[in-house]
Amino acid sequence: MSGAVAVVLVLALPAASAALLVMLPGLKLTARLNVGASGLTLIAAATLLVHRPPAGLFLHVDDLNVVFLLLNTFVGFSAAAFSAGYIAHEVETGRLTARHLRFYHAMYQTLMFGMNLALLANNLGLMWVAIELATLTTVVMVGIYRTPQALEAAWKYFILGSVGIALALFGTIVVYFAAQPVVGQGLPAMAWTVVMASAQRLDPALLNLAFVFLLLGYGTKVGLVPLHAWLPDAHAEGPTPISAVLSGLLLNVALYALLRFKMLLAANGQALAPGPLMVMLGLLSLVVAAFMLYRRRDAKRLFAYSSIEHMGIITFAFGMGGPLANFAGLFHMAMHSLTKSAIFYGVGLAAQAKGSQRLEDIRGLTESHPALGWGLVLGVAAIAGLPPMGIFMSEFLVVSSTFARAPWLALVLVAGLLVALGALVLRLHGMAFGAPHGPSERITASHVPMFAHLALVLFAGIHLPGAVVEWFRHVAALLG
Amino acid sequence: MDAAMDTTWLQIAHLFPGGMVLVSFLLMYQDRMSGLINAFAVHALVLALAVAWQAFLQDAPHLYVTALLALVFKGIVIPVALRRIVEHLDVHRGIETVVSVGPTMLFGIGLVALSIVVMLPVTVTTDPLAREDLAFALSVVLLGLLMMVVRRNAVSQVVGFMSVENGLILAATGAKGMPLVVEISVAFSVLIAFIVIGMFLFRIRERFDTVDAQALDGFRGEQP
Repeated sequence: MSGAVAVVLVLALPAASAALLVMLPGLKLTARLNVGASGLTLIAAATLLVHRPPAGLFLHVDDLNVVFLLLNTFVGFSAAAFSAGYIAHEVETGRLTARHLRFYHAMYQTLMFGMNLALLANNLGLMWVAIELATLTTVVMVGIYRTPQALEAAWKYFILGSVGIALALFGTIVVYFAAQPVVGQGLPAMAWTVVMASAQRLDPALLNLAFVFLLLGYGTKVGLVPLHAWLPDAHAEGPTPISAVLSGLLLNVALYALLRFKMLLAANGQALAPGPLMVMLGLLSLVVAAFMLYRRRDAKRLFAYSSIEHMGIITFAFGMGGPLANFAGLFHMAMHSLTKSAIFYGVGLAAQAKGSQRLEDIRGLTESHPALGWGLVLGVAAIAGLPPMGIFMSEFLVVSSTFARAPWLALVLVAGLLVALGALVLRLHGMAFGAPHGPSERITASHVPMFAHLALVLFAGIHLPGAVVEWFRHVAALLG
Repeated sequence: MDAAMDTTWLQIAHLFPGGMVLVSFLLMYQDRMSGLINAFAVHALVLALAVAWQAFLQDAPHLYVTALLALVFKGIVIPVALRRIVEHLDVHRGIETVVSVGPTMLFGIGLVALSIVVMLPVTVTTDPLAREDLAFALSVVLLGLLMMVVRRNAVSQVVGFMSVENGLILAATGAKGMPLVVEISVAFSVLIAFIVIGMFLFRIRERFDTVDAQALDGFRGEQP
């Protein structure tokens, strides 16, 4: 398979299967098609590792977006596999009907299409449109249960997400203003590779202005404090596979957009350093979310706040910059995506077994459902940053690289991590141990996606293969 | 064309965006739903004129599509739909504000001053046509955001959002030769159609008030 074909497939597979899924009836068939299409997309994305087409004005593949794309299609695939079992249960209990189902699967593939397009886009306007598309589909999915809470969450997400997206577009327009006198009118002035090549000649003042808007705009989608208000509700009220995709992938895609512009500013040289702004917002997110973890009474909200915390850490690491911190940020991002989606798979199963996602209703899982209970223990231990899991490694790298350059920031960082650790251990204890009570159903959906992710995270924590290290190191150098 | 003619045409190009800023202020002090919707229709009309004028000046026929879209969709279809929503959902005809009109207007004036102060120095190198255009567009965007903050009602929030979007379209069309403008304006129209259909289907009348923490906890299912 040549590179150009692979790029087309990564986009066309989700788009075509979305169109097909709208028309097809039947749960089994659509769920299987959803998994199959996601699997094939993953294979197509993996071939891009080896074969790369040359950059066009609309699409391009480079070392940076291949990391994101691979992560995106992998978690997309495993979430589709998880969703097949999860949704079957939802249909059985009558929370979703056949009509919703068609819609759900079609939207799932549209979301994958939107995210893949945003990652592959070379054109900054196209990237914006793709992120808008991804946002719209998730809004629809968050509100799919039609309960007042779900509608409220979807509406809030919609309004805040739209404002964010509007600000990001203004930033994009200002970037075009900066690029147009240098590169010339038309498409090239919107192509990231072209603009990047002449970054030094762009007007720094315009770039500064643009970055402020882009940071606020895409930062809303990343879920950075104080722009995070939509995130916990959207995670808690939608179907759990979507919470996993939102947390594990869509937040990353928004961050990716931000990173592209950060690279542009860094390459310009005279523009303001984007790092300190990102460091500040990242630390704020980490600390605020860590404290918010204590007062949560809903399992999915708890882990949504934990996502804010981790996006804060990742933004912080990329803000610090330099080869080591960038490496740590990339590594942490991959680990967080894998772990957090595994946790959401587990929480989804637990909520189905217990008939509630309130923390007080979920008790003693290790006794009533040993596989699920211990899986969750492993997942939460990983996300809290306990060794020997991968997140321990990545957090250690973030902290140690910060200690070397800005000890005071590292102190705040460590304090935030410890506060979050306390909250997660506290909540985990209630969920996993003690005497089980309340209704308890047998779990029919598969545990495999959850354990597959956790195995990867454990493996990465114990031994990160040299090829991966080399690859991440190379990307980290690109990020500057 | 000769120089004098050129200046006149530039003045006209400034007239419409300036008009949009004025209509943004008009939106701000409407206290009746019907007045608000009418004012928004005017906002969209002025946008359509501004975009059409840009299309003429830049000799960019595709921008006429954007202008037509603004005129038909946002000037006619959306106002009619919003009026329906107000009637059918029995929305309060008066508009509740979080902050009263006087301070809001003063704050709005401050925002316009801010955007001019921010924009003019950094756009010295760009062409004069785009320069003021961008400053006006930023003002419209900021005024729209301000409106979303100070209004409690879902319809006026949506009107605020659409005025933000009008500001963005203004900025995008002012940027000479910017690609994908038509596509972006279509994408925005889809977004807005979604919002309006969503309001209608799910009977959303009020913004979810974030001031009353008690009610919010209820919504979030997080009661102790």
